Amino acid sequence: MRELITLRINGERYEVAVLPHRTLLEVLREDLGLTGTKHGCELGECGACTVLLDGVPVLSCLTLPLEVQDCEITTIEGLEEQGRLHPLQETFAELGAAQCGYCTPGMLLSAVALLRQNPHPTREEIKQALSGNLCRCTGYTKIYEAVEAAAERLSAARQGERQPNAALQP
Amino acid sequence: MDEWRRLQPRKAGPYKVVGKPLPKVDAYSTVTGRAIYADDIILPRMLYGGLLRSPHPHARIISINTRKARELPGVLAVITGEDLPRKYGILPSSQDETALAVDKVRYVGDPVAAVAAVDPDTLEQALRLIEVEYEVLPALMSIEEALARPDIKIHEETRNGNIHKAVSYEFGDIEAGFAAADYVREDWFYYEGNNHVPIETHACLARWEPDPHDPIGGKLTLWSSTQTPHYVHREVSKVLGIPPSHLRVIAPHVGGGFGGKSDPFSHEICACELARRTGRPVKITCTREEVFLIHRGRHPVKMWIKTGVKRDGTITAMHFRSFLDGGAYGSYGVATTYYTGALQPVTYALPAYKFEGMRVFTNKPPCGPKRGHGTPQPRFAVEVHLDKIAADLGVDPIELRKRNLVRPYSRTINGLRITSCALEECLDQVVSRSGWREFHAARLAREAEATRQSSPVRHGMGLALSTYICGAGKPIYWNDMPHSAVQIRLDRGGGVTVYCGATDIGQGSTSVLAYIVAEELGIEPERIHLETADTTLTPVDLGSYSSRVTFMAGNAAIQAARRLKELLHSVAAERLRLPPDRLESSDGFIYCIDDPQVALSFEQAVQLAEARYGALVAAGSYAPPEDIHGDFKGAGVGPSPAYSYSACVALVGVDIETGEVKVEKLWLAHDVGQAINPLLVAGQVEGSAYMGYGEALMEQQIFRKGRHKIPSILDYKIPTTLDTPEIETILVGQPDEEGPFGGKEAGQGPLLPVIPAIANAIYNAVGIRIDEVPITPDKVLRALKAARSEPGERPLPPPRVTPIVLNERWPARLIRWSPEQREPRPDPTNGHHQHPRQGESAPHGAASTSSRLPQKGGTA
Repeated sequence: MRELITLRINGERYEVAVLPHRTLLEVLREDLGLTGTKHGCELGECGACTVLLDGVPVLSCLTLPLEVQDCEITTIEGLEEQGRLHPLQETFAELGAAQCGYCTPGMLLSAVALLRQNPHPTREEIKQALSGNLCRCTGYTKIYEAVEAAAERLSAARQGERQPNAALQP
Repeated sequence: MDEWRRLQPRKAGPYKVVGKPLPKVDAYSTVTGRAIYADDIILPRMLYGGLLRSPHPHARIISINTRKARELPGVLAVITGEDLPRKYGILPSSQDETALAVDKVRYVGDPVAAVAAVDPDTLEQALRLIEVEYEVLPALMSIEEALARPDIKIHEETRNGNIHKAVSYEFGDIEAGFAAADYVREDWFYYEGNNHVPIETHACLARWEPDPHDPIGGKLTLWSSTQTPHYVHREVSKVLGIPPSHLRVIAPHVGGGFGGKSDPFSHEICACELARRTGRPVKITCTREEVFLIHRGRHPVKMWIKTGVKRDGTITAMHFRSFLDGGAYGSYGVATTYYTGALQPVTYALPAYKFEGMRVFTNKPPCGPKRGHGTPQPRFAVEVHLDKIAADLGVDPIELRKRNLVRPYSRTINGLRITSCALEECLDQVVSRSGWREFHAARLAREAEATRQSSPVRHGMGLALSTYICGAGKPIYWNDMPHSAVQIRLDRGGGVTVYCGATDIGQGSTSVLAYIVAEELGIEPERIHLETADTTLTPVDLGSYSSRVTFMAGNAAIQAARRLKELLHSVAAERLRLPPDRLESSDGFIYCIDDPQVALSFEQAVQLAEARYGALVAAGSYAPPEDIHGDFKGAGVGPSPAYSYSACVALVGVDIETGEVKVEKLWLAHDVGQAINPLLVAGQVEGSAYMGYGEALMEQQIFRKGRHKIPSILDYKIPTTLDTPEIETILVGQPDEEGPFGGKEAGQGPLLPVIPAIANAIYNAVGIRIDEVPITPDKVLRALKAARSEPGERPLPPPRVTPIVLNERWPARLIRWSPEQREPRPDPTNGHHQHPRQGESAPHGAASTSSRLPQKGGTA
């Protein structure tokens, strides 16, 4: 028996009829066409399906949509603001942090949550924050470098914010 | 005159695109979630497909009853082995698979039936309703069991028990070599199998478009997460009986492969058949458990090695034996078997070399190619073995290696052509950058300090060298056609579209095509549209395996671009009233070298050329030179148009109380020739080092009662951010004369030295040898306890590799070959060594390479 629920995703409201046992991952991908969220195991092991619930990274393969109707959900499709890439997206692209790209959406969302909470993380703190996101291509080095570069850009943007014409938000 | 000489020589630097750390061409689609992977494709009326897999490692199928599944509402089709009986396999010599089991299942996970249903729940229910009656047979789960029980045959077709393939070669005079040695050492090693674990699980979607006027009945399209669309095209066509002209295979974005997506798979064939039967699109997405079961991963290999050396460490002879656990099917296994032996003489100059290899079938998931394909196992054995010899002789391990390094522009004892080679520079770089000498000099002080602080951690440094091919010299099915081809189309608006079958699995092969074409045509890479990995739209490239794509597709792209460039320069020369050889292309202009102000825009030149010549389309292709290997049977595995070289130093800390090994840093020097994009090369080196680290310390397949014990990423450990060591990449070497802009491979070679470097570092830290990969804490602890037990204590025996005892002779005819016996070939040109298809296929500069070959190894 399907239930009609409302989800708030990337600032938009979606009404969707779901079977109660369907995971958020399945509903995002299959029902809503938000295929930017990836799946690598569907058992909570790889982190590829990471999304943000009210800014906190969670595994969408272990989350039931019925339980998150009150949350603001952010997927990779919601990181761009007014057509402008998030600094993490820029640095991941520029510094070779995405090879096959399959872990990238989940990795980016974990990194977004990290930089919101800790704008100047050390390398060790970055490792801790991303330890639930497995990458099989990069050896992680370029990912750390991209997170560090994005932290710097965000910090520079915040400094600029005190002056006019600065638009970047973490 | 051959065309390479007629066309312009290699563009003179400085380059505008090549060598620059540019973002990948698909970088912005991956970081925004726009990139489309196979499972992201959803088509109208799409059905969900899935496979029922065997629960037994070895069993005869007595009956299959699919009635209940077929009658379940929402089930559109159910198929079994008799619906797809044609055999297939990636190698023409190993056609031993069927899409669904016929008569017998050979491993837990062997597909038995396939279903297409309207939704995943119905699919799952239908798979449970299929009734299969099995007669369980004894399962053979190791090399030893497979050899001990020739009476239990896993494949009826094998001639000798469960031996799939056995080979035996002697190069040079092995007896004389050992007789000349001052010291001879023998060792056994074992390398456990492991899986690729791409983060994207295998997925595919098939669509059938019926056409009643077509005698074939319609056309089929398959989107699949594959590294080798061309080979999938061939095999699906064969099994379904659909001519290749009616089948289109497309690889969309692929979420990592590492060799695991190189075979044609049952799920691909079944999706196609289910789509044809139902007339609706069918998608099959493998679960993570299925990825572990369909496998095609690293072969478990047991190895015996015997080496003779002079007192100073100079090798006089090497005898190497490998026993491969192939799992249930052939896959690439024949090639893997050869690869365990072929490249030993490419790292060290061996004056005499004997290689015997055999692959046996077992009732485990089939093994195949994983990053380094058949060479990490022998690399581990050889490099640890040489370290032991150095210790036995009291020779510095660096000096011992230096005495034996293969030389640039030489021929190996097994007939392989070596061209550019910066192995010594790799070695020197990692030694100096890691502070090797200082580290070893400070040993006593370091140990005293550890004791003073009562720290249980002991540090050590180890070293290893390696080599890898830049593309297999021969295609998988023997033919004389190009290995890679590229078409480029220019449109009058200035657009450039590049078409190539090369398949990007994340390594950046599509980007490399863009950089190369952009450099040649003097335009920005962003201007270029790329169509790749589509058997209908793009000319054949054999696939992303054997580190072949940059070298081969890159050279094909250069050829195609130069053909167009010549047309553009001819019209530009006329318009600018200059001789064509005074023109160059750069920054979107064609200009006079002597006065850059005299210029024509790229668009203007394209329009003038289209007016003169008609539609502007050119193609280029590449096949490796012929004369790069010996002329014995089996010489086709190992040759490559070039070899990459790597050296690694590992710094480890070993906890003597827990047996845990922490790799603190890896220094990896890699000879890539000219990096087309140093950012992507560094990414390949780091990724390889990471994967080698995982194989060295944690990754392994474990089976219990015939089943894969840990088919999940929770239990099968792969390194996380918290495990992975710091990796320092050092790129060395000079542009290779035949590589595109001098480029060589980087995707696989850097993995190889990491595993033995770590093993050697552990020995350096705590004085114990673990000759079995992975080196897990329990093994380290057992070895430590055995080494340090007090009198009266009875610790567990240290881990030891059990030798394989053969009761009979080696089951393959010995082939003896020496470089001297190579047949001289007639040379119709000018006395240079002849590469028959060089003119068409290799860039300018190849001729000078071959002329530098020493007489001994060459054809003359």
